[in-house]
Formats: sequence, structure tokens, C-alpha cells
Amino acid sequence: MSLLQVKDLNKSYQTDTKVLKNINFSAGTGEFLSVIGPSGAGKSTLLRCINRLVQADKGEILFGGQDLLKLRKKELRAARTNIGMIFQHYNLVPRLTVIENVLHGRFGYKSTLQGVLGRFSEEEKERAFYLLEKLGIEAHAYKRCDQLSGGQQQRVGICRALIQNPKLILCDEPIASLDPHSSKVIMDHLKSISEEMGITCIVNLHQVEVAQSYSDRIIGLNNGSIVFDGSNFQLDQLYIKRVYGMETRELITV
Amino acid sequence: MDSVYLKRDKAGRINIKAGNRVNSVINWTVLSLTLLTVTAFLFFDYTGLEIGRAIMETAVNLRTMFLQPSLNHFSWGEALFQVGVTISLAVIATILGAVIAFFLALWSAVNLANKWVSKSIKIFVAFIRAVPTVLWVLIFAIAAGLGSEAAILGMLFHSIAYLVKAFSEAFEEVDKGMLEALRSTGSGWWHTIVHAVLPSTSTYLLSWTFLRFEINFSVAVAMGAAAGAGGIGFELFMASGFYFDLREVGFITYAILLVAIVLEVASTHLKKRYFSS
Amino acid sequence: MNEKAFKRRKLHSILFFLLIIGVAFISAYMTDFNLVEGMATIPTALIWMAENLIITTDTLAKLPKILEKLNETIFMSIAATTIAAAISLFLGIAGSTTTAVNGFFSTLARLIASFARNIPVVAWALILLLSFGQNSITGFLALFVGTVGFLTRAFIESIDEAGSSAYEALTATGATYFQVVGKAIIPQCLPQMISWILFMIETNIRSATLVGILTGTGIGYAFDLYYKMLDYQAVALITLLIVAAVIIIELASNHIRRVIL
Repeated sequence: MSLLQVKDLNKSYQTDTKVLKNINFSAGTGEFLSVIGPSGAGKSTLLRCINRLVQADKGEILFGGQDLLKLRKKELRAARTNIGMIFQHYNLVPRLTVIENVLHGRFGYKSTLQGVLGRFSEEEKERAFYLLEKLGIEAHAYKRCDQLSGGQQQRVGICRALIQNPKLILCDEPIASLDPHSSKVIMDHLKSISEEMGITCIVNLHQVEVAQSYSDRIIGLNNGSIVFDGSNFQLDQLYIKRVYGMETRELITV
Repeated sequence: MDSVYLKRDKAGRINIKAGNRVNSVINWTVLSLTLLTVTAFLFFDYTGLEIGRAIMETAVNLRTMFLQPSLNHFSWGEALFQVGVTISLAVIATILGAVIAFFLALWSAVNLANKWVSKSIKIFVAFIRAVPTVLWVLIFAIAAGLGSEAAILGMLFHSIAYLVKAFSEAFEEVDKGMLEALRSTGSGWWHTIVHAVLPSTSTYLLSWTFLRFEINFSVAVAMGAAAGAGGIGFELFMASGFYFDLREVGFITYAILLVAIVLEVASTHLKKRYFSS
Repeated sequence: MNEKAFKRRKLHSILFFLLIIGVAFISAYMTDFNLVEGMATIPTALIWMAENLIITTDTLAKLPKILEKLNETIFMSIAATTIAAAISLFLGIAGSTTTAVNGFFSTLARLIASFARNIPVVAWALILLLSFGQNSITGFLALFVGTVGFLTRAFIESIDEAGSSAYEALTATGATYFQVVGKAIIPQCLPQMISWILFMIETNIRSATLVGILTGTGIGYAFDLYYKMLDYQAVALITLLIVAAVIIIELASNHIRRVIL
């Protein structure tokens, strides 16, 4: 039984241009799934349709037995607590401390008033510290996020997702704004999250080589359609050409 | 066992705020503004105020004004002319102000001028800015007599003060390397101004000037009403304070609103085009 | 750049300057303004100021009374700004594209702000004077309305600038609208907003003088009174006190800004 099943998903922003066309795929528990494709292929939209930051036009998204597209506001909120998200630009609140930003991941479990008053239990705070320690940034816990480097901010983003106790984490270009060293640190963390904690990760990636070395499975997206779906060793030059319209060698020079 | 980095408060709870100076200053500012506001209402002079009646009356007045505007004491042509006079007051004060401010700003930009000259111009300008425009106009009116001259001079003073600050900040952002490069070729001071400073700041200067024009329009309305400078502001003052003609007040308010919105749309457009970073 | 484009640009600049000069001449004609005469009055005015605007010990006897009026004006400006800021916070949140609940409220908030802002403070003062009479509340309300207009626009810009990124991230975790606004948007924008509030207090003290002349309250009333009595020593004292008040508040707010921004 797979954790997430996407069936016949369609999305268009203007009436004439379709961003996603009949997307079908599924992801199992603890799977590390990469989505690759050229910019504008619809990778970002696909991720945002899953947790409904973007409203899909048609289709079904089955997650833990529920169709996410049919949920009403309150049920959607509850479902979202099970889905963490990590962004290219980290999307933290820059002026707040690292620990506050991590605790923001708990809002989904609280009433509006508890959240607005900023009431967090001691267990939650301890858990936040535990996660910061695990990602090696507990020394910065009381710093403002805008004083951290990009790689450190992305680790705060990961902590914020993990404190939700999610079953699934969506990562939208998590390393696109980072240097090679920080990128490796982030990807290693994501990999261990899926392996050790059994959390499914769906990661949008630009770099084919990174996708090949980390993923269990790769989905190739081009122009709104899935053109490849298979394990990383099945992705050969022929498929890369189908995804990007060119060879890997050319990709690197571009 | 706690990590060495974890901080707890006296009650043993884990802190999540950094407890730095920024937060305490923000809290302190918000708190003192609230306290001052509460005190303000204790200090106020409530002579002749019947709040319930006043609110009802204002509601009725506003309805008359905005739903039945009409002209009774002068014609459409005159109304248009008076709006023109107000705009003209603003135009002259802005153009003269921009020209004078340009030169003063050159001498007050730290990267272009002598430190002491710059400092004294900045202090002088801060002083002028602190005096409300209407006081400048009334003070000039004693020497020049009430009318357009006093109004324009008063508005001019304030426009200069505002634009010198804006212009000199724009000049100070001019790339240092460019100035050095020109100086190293032996160009004179005026050469660097004309060939480096002016071309790289001209759009900023024009946008700031237009922003000031927008402000000057509403200042000109105010000067008409409060300092006898003429124009639509004076008609507004007459209609409300002399004839008690609410419909005319409504008409005039609409006329002012229309011009102000046109200017605002234009300046928002300029800001988006030239100030977006 | 080729020579043709360069020439065209030069032509454009020349046309632009001719246009400006033309507009200036039309304006001068409309307002009966004579540049030479106008400029000639500046020295006269300055000499007159130096001779007449002198503060003597006699004037200082009026100081307590004047200070009381100045006090009223300062408090009026602070109260009007602070209460307007509270209202503007709601309008700003409703009006910003990031946090708008729906299109209708967003447009309504922007419309209220534009209306309040673009009708000059003088007009509000004159309208309110008719039914509220000569007291502090009239001045307070006139400043309040204008400030709501200005601050709402400023707050909308601050919220838009703070960006939709944190909003998106927190929505994705399952946070409610008010949690996101209260814990991400407001903490992020607060310093910027306080900076605008401080700016508005400075501006309002100057506007309060003008409003005071029209509504007979505060320091503006005192100025008008002594001005009409031709008591120029008192006029000078009042002007100096206003300058001192504005500069002190400006210095204080600059200090606060340096720490929080």
C-alpha cells in the first residue's frame, strides 16, 4: 500500500496553457523520490498541488486513505500537519529566532488562540532543541534567522518540517540557492530522514547527477507530463534527452 | 541532560526569545506610545463637545456633501481656474525648490563637498524642515503681504529643505569608483557633476521632485485655506467657514480628491519604475 | 549607443526642459507671481525677521501658557497617530495581496485609505469643525483620518515587501490564518511599521499646527492669536518651541530606528 497516490492530476493557470497533464504516480513509505525536469516543466506546481497551496483542477490525491482534493478547510489543516515542506528560499521569518521558526511547525496542532499567544509546551521546545542538535545547528538557536548562512537556514527549514511529525516531506528545489558543500549537507540530511525515520521525501531537483546519486526513484517531467518514472539506474542518456531535450554533457555546459 | 546552548528562565521553562535589545526597544516604544495616548485623552480640551450629536451631524453633513455636491457661489469655469491656481502655486514652489535644492544638495553631499559646508547646510535644512510650512507662509506674509508671493516663498522653503535631503542622499549613493576615475583623469569638479553625478541620478531627482509636487499640491490647498493664498483651498475655507454651504464644500472636496488621485497614481507609477530595487 | 539615439535623447531632454519652463511661465501668470519681486522680498523678510523675531524676558512670561498649548498639540498628534496605527494595521492586513482574505475586503481597505489620504487634512478639519466645534477632538479626528490613509498604504507596502514566502510556508504546516498573521507577518513587519508611526508623529506635529489654526486648538491657535495681535516676540517663541519639539522627536525616533531596523 503506497502512502501517496496521485491520479489524473490536471492543472492550468490560464485556460489555454496546461501546466500539468494527467499526472499519475505513487510513492511508498520511506521512499526517496526525485522529480527532475527543465524549469517551467511544472515541478513546483506539482508539489504545491499535493498540499493544496495551489488548487488542482481535476484528479485525485490519495494520502493515507483520504482524497486531499476533497477535504474541507479544517480537515485540510489536519492533513497538512502530516506533510512537511521545504523551500528553495527557506521561507523562514527572518527577524525571529531559529527556535521560534522551528516551533512554527507546531501551529497545525494548536488552536488559533494558542498559536497567536505563542504557547508552546516544554516537550515541544525540547523536541525543537533535539532536532536542532540532530542537524548540528543548536549553537544558533537564539540567533535571528537572517544572521545565518543559506545552508544553516535550510537546516532550520528542515527542523520546522520535522517537528510537524510528518509522514511526507515535499522539497521544492532545496539546494538550488546553495553552494556545493552546503548542498551535500542538506541532501545527506534529507536522505537520512527518509532512511532512518521512514519519512517519504519528494524532492524537486535541477541537477540530474544529484538525483541519480540520492534517489530510490526518479520522475522526469517535461512540459507538464511524466516522461520517465523508474529507478535511478534506468535513467540513461536516452531518457535524459527525453526529459531535457538534450544530453547530460550539454546540460553541464549550459 | 540539557544541551549547553539551551537557556531556561527562572521558572525553569525554556526560552524561545533571544531577549536582545531590539525586542526590548520595540516593546518599550509600543508601550510608551500606548501610555501617552491614554494620557492624551485625559489632557484634551472638550469645550462644547457633545459627542453623540456631533457624530450624527457629521454623518448628515458628509452625506449632503458627497451625495449632493453643487456649485452655488461661483461657476464651473471659476472652479476650474481656482484649481489651476492651486496647481500653479505647487508648480512654481516645486520647480524653484528643485533648482535651488539641486545646488545646495551638491554642497551637502559628503562625497562631493567639504565636510563642514555639508554639515552646516544639513543642520540649516533640518531647522527649516522643522518649522511648519504654514508658519513660514505667515511669517513671509508680514514682509510680502498675504497672497501668492508669501505662499510660494513659504512652500519654497519647505520644498528646498525636503529636496536637499532627498537629493543629497541620492548623490551620496553615486558609485565612488566612478568619481575617482574621473578625478584621476584630471577633470574639474563641475565636469564630474555634469558627466558622472547628473546622468546617474537624474531619474531619481525627477521622481523625488514629482513626489514633492504631489505633496505641494495638498500644501497649496492648505495654504489657501489657512494663509489666504487663494486658489481652491481659499474657496473651500469660504464655503465651509463663511457660507456654511455643504454642497459646495462637497463639490470642492471632489475636485481636490480628483487631482490628488491623479497625482498619486502618477507618482506610484514613477516609484515602481525608478525606485524598485 | 549610436549617434542617432544620442541625438534623439538630447532632443528629448531639450523638449522636456522647454516644457517645464513653459509650465512655469503659465503658472506664474495664473498666480500673479513675479520671480524678481518674490526673490526681492526674501532679504526684506529676513531683515524683518532678524529685527522683530526677538525673544525678550517679557515674552518668557507667556511661556507656561504656550507650553500648555504645545503640550496639547504633541499629545494630540501622538494619540491620533497611535490610534490610527491600530486601525491601519487591520486595514493593511486586509489590503495587502499577501494576507488579503478576499478581493472585496482588499479593494474596500485600499479605497478607504485612498479616500482618507487624498482629501487634504485641511478639508477634514473644516468639515469636522462644523459639528464638533472648537476643541481638541476636532483636531484629533482630522489628523486621525489623514493618518489612517497614509499608514494603511505604508503598512500594505511593508506587508507586501515582507513577502509571501513565510506565509506560504506556515500555511503548508497547517497553521490558521490568524496564526500566520500574528506569528509571522506582524513580527516581521513590526520594526518597519514602528518606523512609519514615528515618521507620522513628526509629520502630525507640523500638521497639527495648521489644523490648530483652522480649528482653534493647540499651538496653532496660540500662534494665530499672537500673530493677529501683532505680538511677534511671542510668535518667535512659539516657532522656536515647535522647532525644538519637532527636532527632539526626530532625534528620538532616529535613535529608535537605528536600534530596531
